[in-house]
Amino acid sequence: MDVEILARIQFAFTIAFHYIYPPLSIGIGLIMVIMEGLYLKTGKKEYELLTKFWLKIFAIIFGIGVATGIIMEFEFGTNWAVYSRYVGDIFGSALAAEGLFAFGLESTFLGILIFGWNRVSPKVHFISTIGVFLGSMFSAVWIVVANSWQQTPAGYHIVGEGFFARAEVTDFWAMVFNPSSVDRIIHVWQGAFLAGAFMVLSVHAYYIRKGKFVEISKIAFKIALVVATVVSFTQLISGHSSAAGVAVNQPAKLAAMEGHYDISAPADLYLFGWVDNEKQEVTGLGLPGGLSFLVHQDFKEPITGLNAFPEEDRPGQVNAVFQFYHIMVSIGMFLIAISFYACFLWWRGKLFETKWLMWIFSFSVLLPQIANQAGWFAAEMGRQPWIVYGHLRTSEGFSQAVSANQILFSLILFLVVYSLLFVLFLYSLNKKIKHGPYDEKPQNQLKTS
Amino acid sequence: METFLGIDYPTLWYLVVGLLFSGYAILEGFDYGAGAWHLFFKQDESRRIAIHAIGPLWDANQVWLIIGGGALFAGFPVMYATMLSTMYIPFMLFLILLVLRSASIKFRSAEKMLWWRKTWDIVYSASNVLIAFLLGVVLGNVLQGFEIGANYSYKGGIFFAFLSPYALMVGFTTLSIFMTQGAIFLLLKTEGKLHTRLTFLLKKGMLFFIVSFSITTLYTLIFIPGVTDNFKENPLFFIIPILSFLAVANVPRLVSKKKYFQALVFSSLTMAFLLMLVAFQLYPTLLISTIDPAYSITIYNAASSQKSLGIMLTIVLIGAPLLAAYFLFLYKTFNGKVELDDTSY
Repeated sequence: MDVEILARIQFAFTIAFHYIYPPLSIGIGLIMVIMEGLYLKTGKKEYELLTKFWLKIFAIIFGIGVATGIIMEFEFGTNWAVYSRYVGDIFGSALAAEGLFAFGLESTFLGILIFGWNRVSPKVHFISTIGVFLGSMFSAVWIVVANSWQQTPAGYHIVGEGFFARAEVTDFWAMVFNPSSVDRIIHVWQGAFLAGAFMVLSVHAYYIRKGKFVEISKIAFKIALVVATVVSFTQLISGHSSAAGVAVNQPAKLAAMEGHYDISAPADLYLFGWVDNEKQEVTGLGLPGGLSFLVHQDFKEPITGLNAFPEEDRPGQVNAVFQFYHIMVSIGMFLIAISFYACFLWWRGKLFETKWLMWIFSFSVLLPQIANQAGWFAAEMGRQPWIVYGHLRTSEGFSQAVSANQILFSLILFLVVYSLLFVLFLYSLNKKIKHGPYDEKPQNQLKTS
Repeated sequence: METFLGIDYPTLWYLVVGLLFSGYAILEGFDYGAGAWHLFFKQDESRRIAIHAIGPLWDANQVWLIIGGGALFAGFPVMYATMLSTMYIPFMLFLILLVLRSASIKFRSAEKMLWWRKTWDIVYSASNVLIAFLLGVVLGNVLQGFEIGANYSYKGGIFFAFLSPYALMVGFTTLSIFMTQGAIFLLLKTEGKLHTRLTFLLKKGMLFFIVSFSITTLYTLIFIPGVTDNFKENPLFFIIPILSFLAVANVPRLVSKKKYFQALVFSSLTMAFLLMLVAFQLYPTLLISTIDPAYSITIYNAASSQKSLGIMLTIVLIGAPLLAAYFLFLYKTFNGKVELDDTSY
């Protein structure tokens, strides 16, 4: 295998693994802020137990998120040296702002959050929880800004020729608020809220099914269900707004998402399907003219298709982009459906007696995770063949000094260490969940932990 | 070229990066150093105390690496990209070791089985030793230079080429200074038997440091060409090596008087002065080309645009006081000796 494909596999693997954790931190962070806020307001023991329980799970998730995140910061330089020189002037300031404003906030207050219960007042502890949560939200902002700039560059000019060409910032705020960043930040935040909310729903639905910690679980389930319902619905709006932006700024990506090839014809909206890139056909179930309607509110309006772009300037893996995009959308719709149905049953007073729904909820943690990953794969594969849209190709961006064997070596190291880390993560998560929010038999309480 | 207080922007950013890496060395220095001593503590409780001493702090300390790396990327993208892709294997090992180190802190005390804790203790201690050592190896290579040709291309060996005797010596020196720093820090956080044991270990650590530091200094003066050139041109800056030697000498004196807090301050100053020495010696070069000085990467040909540096200096002016406030609050909260409770590692 050549250097480019290995570098891409390694980056995809390390970023996908990393991306399991930060969305959970943000989402669980939000739920913890609500729980601890309710504890301060009402003084009820249940809220305190729930906050402390979720904090223990949060601590593991946050820790793995940080450890795998540092790798990402340096992997731009190790594997994508040409790209790093090209974008450093722009990308760098976003990364520096992330470190100073966001990561500094979350990492310093994290110590107080986890170890400070007996050292600071409840109010100061609550402020620390908010600090960590806000820090993780700001982190997402700067990282998504940097990625959005790659998708829809703005506020820059190109200086230099050939190998020495690079993008330089001309307008900082235009760079930060480039055409796609606001939509994508909101979309990513909400994806993170869903990841956290459904993890909380999963764990407490499991307890309710097993008849353990039932009363306290009902409280937590309701908090998370409110978040899940509101966010899964508003996610539909931000997703639509994001796609409308893609239609304007990255038409080749939009065309790949629906497998639309005709240069200028109304485009269909598929529920599911399979794209044959050779025959330029989609086999599946779709609404004729549906994409045209979503973008232009008119079923007859033409949409620019993939054939409008030279072969070398459009995504190669059309079917993959199509599938990832449709997986994300389908899961999003399913999450809306189960959240609203659960709210309906709650209103009728039958929520926790509906066994099959509790069963679905106890596995629902996986769904936002899959949707978040699929969404990013669609976004990044749809950006190809560009690493900086319209300016620098992925095939020009990797490190010239690094050989395929070197990447193979590091890739194997990552595979081994990350597999170990993942097993440890699942093991300790399982152990914390089995133990639960409080000791059921206090006489067996163990001193050391 | 735009200036602030008469200093041009690339030089200012060079100072910012230097300051961040000094902060990283000082703070993670005691974290890595404490971890490097880990296997020298025999009892499980001592090991738990030693981990918990850095427990609430190390995540925050690590921020300095993240901001330092970000600052390098942002201000000197050419240096960031060339150094990381040139030293690919050492940096990948460094990153993987950081992951293993984090994992061992999180998971070590999660189970009671003896084999579990012993295995993690070894992973923890070894990763700390190797991280400190690798950082020194990187520094040693930066001082010696790389075979960088046209278009920032590197044609040299991928791993053993970086393990020259000089780089190994700087590696040992870095490890020894971190271990000294770590032992002093732990002395401030512990009491009783562990405290007594640490006073004994610290003496070994300081001896290790003084020996490797002396060898490295002599080696640098004799074998690294042009090392004193910048100082000959600006004799005033001879104050830096003098100050660093005074700081080095002051550490054992304060330790023998049991003034551990002041000793920590002076061992921190030692690191800061030594890094200033390196920074001044290299300036304005960042990466020396051993093929032709014309291919060397300097703060001027590696820097981001004036506009971008201006924005980032503004970000630092706003962000640095905030970060300082967070750190003061954190360290004030966890001041004093370690007490294990149900939230401890």
